[in-house]
Amino acid sequence: MNLTLHVWRQPAAGAAGKFERYEARDVSPEMSFLEMLDVVNEGLIAAGQAPIAFDHDCREGICGMCGMMISGAAHGPMKMTTTCQLHMRSFKDGDELWLEPWRARAFTVVRDLVVDRSAFDRIIQAGGFVSVNTGSPQDANAIPIGKQEADEAMDAAACIGCGACVAACPNGSASLFTAAKISHLGLLPQGQPERYRRALRMVAQMDLEHFGGCTLFGECQEACPKGISIDFIARMNRDYLRAAATAREERAVGGTG
Amino acid sequence: MELKSRVPSAPVAEMWDRHKFEMKLVNPANKRKYTVIVVGTGLAGASAAASMSELGYQVKAFCFQDSPRRAHSIAAQGGINAAKNYPNDGDSVWRLFYDTVKGGDFRAREANVYRLAQVSVNIIDQCVAQGVPFAREYGGMLANRSFGGAQVSRTFYARGQTGQQLLLGAYQALEKEIARGGVTMFPRTEMLDLIVIDGRARGIVARDLVTGTVSSHLADAVVLGTGGYGNVFFLSTNAKGSNVTAAWRAHKRGAAFANPCFTQIHPTCIPVSGDHQSKLTLMSESLRNDGRVWVPKKAGDTRPPNQIPEAERDYYLERKYPSFGNLSPRDIASRAAKEVCDEGRGVGPGGRGVYLDFADAIKRLGADQIAERYGNLFEMYERITAENPYRVPMRIYPAVHYTMGGLWVDYNLMSTIPGLHVIGEANFSDHGANRLGASALMQGLADGYFVLPLTIGDYLGSNKLEPVTLDHPEVRATEAAVAGRTSTLLSIRGHRTVTSIHRELGKLMWEYCGMARTADGLRHALQEIPKLRDEFWHDVTVPGTGAELNQSLEHAGRVADFLELAELMCVDALHREESCGGHFRVEHQTADGEALRDDERFAYVAAWEYKGEGQAPVLHKEPLEFENVHLATRSYK
Ligand SMILES: Cc1cc2nc3c(=O)[nH]c(=O)nc-3n(C[C@H](O)[C@H](O)[C@H](O)COP(=O)(O)OP(=O)(O)OC[C@H]3O[C@@H](n4cnc5c(N)ncnc54)[C@H](O)[C@@H]3O)c2cc1C
Ligand code: FES
Repeated sequence: MNLTLHVWRQPAAGAAGKFERYEARDVSPEMSFLEMLDVVNEGLIAAGQAPIAFDHDCREGICGMCGMMISGAAHGPMKMTTTCQLHMRSFKDGDELWLEPWRARAFTVVRDLVVDRSAFDRIIQAGGFVSVNTGSPQDANAIPIGKQEADEAMDAAACIGCGACVAACPNGSASLFTAAKISHLGLLPQGQPERYRRALRMVAQMDLEHFGGCTLFGECQEACPKGISIDFIARMNRDYLRAAATAREERAVGGTG
Repeated sequence: MELKSRVPSAPVAEMWDRHKFEMKLVNPANKRKYTVIVVGTGLAGASAAASMSELGYQVKAFCFQDSPRRAHSIAAQGGINAAKNYPNDGDSVWRLFYDTVKGGDFRAREANVYRLAQVSVNIIDQCVAQGVPFAREYGGMLANRSFGGAQVSRTFYARGQTGQQLLLGAYQALEKEIARGGVTMFPRTEMLDLIVIDGRARGIVARDLVTGTVSSHLADAVVLGTGGYGNVFFLSTNAKGSNVTAAWRAHKRGAAFANPCFTQIHPTCIPVSGDHQSKLTLMSESLRNDGRVWVPKKAGDTRPPNQIPEAERDYYLERKYPSFGNLSPRDIASRAAKEVCDEGRGVGPGGRGVYLDFADAIKRLGADQIAERYGNLFEMYERITAENPYRVPMRIYPAVHYTMGGLWVDYNLMSTIPGLHVIGEANFSDHGANRLGASALMQGLADGYFVLPLTIGDYLGSNKLEPVTLDHPEVRATEAAVAGRTSTLLSIRGHRTVTSIHRELGKLMWEYCGMARTADGLRHALQEIPKLRDEFWHDVTVPGTGAELNQSLEHAGRVADFLELAELMCVDALHREESCGGHFRVEHQTADGEALRDDERFAYVAAWEYKGEGQAPVLHKEPLEFENVHLATRSYK
């Protein structure tokens, strides 16, 4: 089959960008979406032109490196599927597709379809961990964890940090990403000591990074290739509110000396 | 060059404790005066960087992805081994040690393997403390399963995403240390050379992949945790960016490369679907716990699988290896698949595939149980092939998966360049000629959390290092070499794309240095590779400039190194006149087609020294002694 692509081309951060039109010919339905782009790029390189820059690595839907808006949908039309796992059998001959980078205030375009998602790392730095150093902690089975809790923590921990949630959100909010980590750790006994402090700090960092606020549109959940549930956002909000309240109390008790 | 393995003299079970006591320590207040560079933030690199920072060292960490959370380790599905013996099925440190030495077909160093088995139990404790959500039983205890080639259940897992969860644990520890100021992280930065001053590793030259700026970073020691080189085959289960550049540059600066021909071909991957194929997808080996592997008995049988009656199916693994059956080790299962396909009994388009059938398991356990165990793998398979494995048997075929070879290291994980340490898949150390399933994650984290952070102190504490600065002539010369190479790549402007040359190299390697190797084939490859390399340097085209994000340039640099490594792999494969583990030389097999080892002549590690362009590499041998696990022929019959 043959497709027409309109691809966002932007040589560098801050430079002007525009859509360029490319024809993808003889595309086989067995190809992955990125393999289709590989073929287009081989053609561009052979013609001495700059290939379309896009991020990718594992091509198995787990590293979270790939991602782009495909005709307005984050990671394209197929639910629960990253761009790299999308196959051309989802499209038909003659389709016209618009490929854009993630658009969000907190993600700047680096080049073409590549964006800067380092804000996610800084949100994790703010508290997305358990403060335990390498050493000799207690035996792993000393903390029994119910299967249900473990499974629910795993549901949240499955986030791949691709940024589709931010790109899909009309507000450009990182709430689903942040909530997933707060919930993963907050659901487990190991995460309890820092639970409220973590929520407070990670949410504060999210705001500092210029992500928008969450108004529960739910677009993030629809776009998430791992099906992370928006319920985790409610959980984050509860933890955050409680944290904000106790933080005030702690200060009040401690006084200013 | 001298290979000093520095294995402590003590009974194997006491070596590590004795060594920990005998190693030099760096006093806590002095640790912050040392800077350590860690290249690579996969399981090995991230755990090492975080742990060294916790101890007080200043760490600079590098990766080429946009975040350390995306390293190739993230893709590991099946699980991680540890000798916890929670299921009470007779496991022990000794048994894990024994299985690993035997599974590696007696080509690994006993001392390192024993230590690996010993610290395996600490890894699980550490990961659980970090909040890694391993699978649990209803009673709240950790769940275990058995995994390729093991007769005990010692594998811990987090759904089909064990690598992801372990890496996120290490990544979070790393981010914690970045926030504290102990680690400075350089993402989207690629190491392009090693700086060696007065014979010691003192830094790296790296390129900022966004701006193109090339700069030097200095340190008191350098650690490479840069992963394996399976992408020399172009098609492999590795992430697209996985490469040998860091290790190869270090090799050219004096680090011996050990057993380069030991590569692992994984039996359960989704078959190639066409010429556009850019990578291969692994279907976790855990599937072999419940799936049965078969092909039609008759060659050229093109009936759909459900129309082939039971009596006309050949469950060849169960037939040939009755005691291990579908769980036979990877090298054996892979070769058996190739054999039946060579006989014309392969299935699917192109005839390069075998069935992995769940019909019996679904009958026995119900579709729900199967979904609980493998749901996400079945979905992934369906997404890629548009076939539903609950109804139609999966089609699988072997693919390059892991490289046991790597830079040679001593017991302290230090290479032949003092100060250069190598951890994780990038070193050669623990898996001999074949790695057991779920043991790479274990090794990466053993090296990074529990071994390297201690052994590096031995190096720093026992050597007085002169301060070096960025204007040192060696630093300048290394930078100039990197800049020269980059500008050459950009100036050729020939006719061939980097990908087309990489693909061609991959085909050569798969054909002649893949699952079965012959002297003639290897000699042929050794003639073809230099020609292809020549073509690359005369006719490749790399668009754009060096001063921008340029993915073609990145790929070109990596392929240039693969073109050199490929030759060394073939030289190594040709010299090793025996079959062992993943290295199968057609000339060396038993009457019934099993690998024939030659312990008299080849019970050694082959460590190759680089001698300069156009010069033959020089072989150094580290003899292997088996004092605890006695040399025996592997038998999985
Ligand atoms: C699909 C798949 C499934 C697997 N499943 C399992 C399993 O179930 N159990 C198991 O035990 N093992 C499994 N393995 C093997 C295991 O995942 C790897 O061996 C292991 O994760 C390697 O970890 P590492 O830290 O050594 O390297 P990697 O995770 O490969 O990390 C390499 C790091 O080095 C960086 N890097 C590389 N070159 C440079 C450079 N020049 N400059 C800067 N940075 C650089 C990268 O950015 C990255 O951070 C699997 C492998 C694959 C391919
Ligand atoms: S490339 Fe890794 S998730 Fe798509």
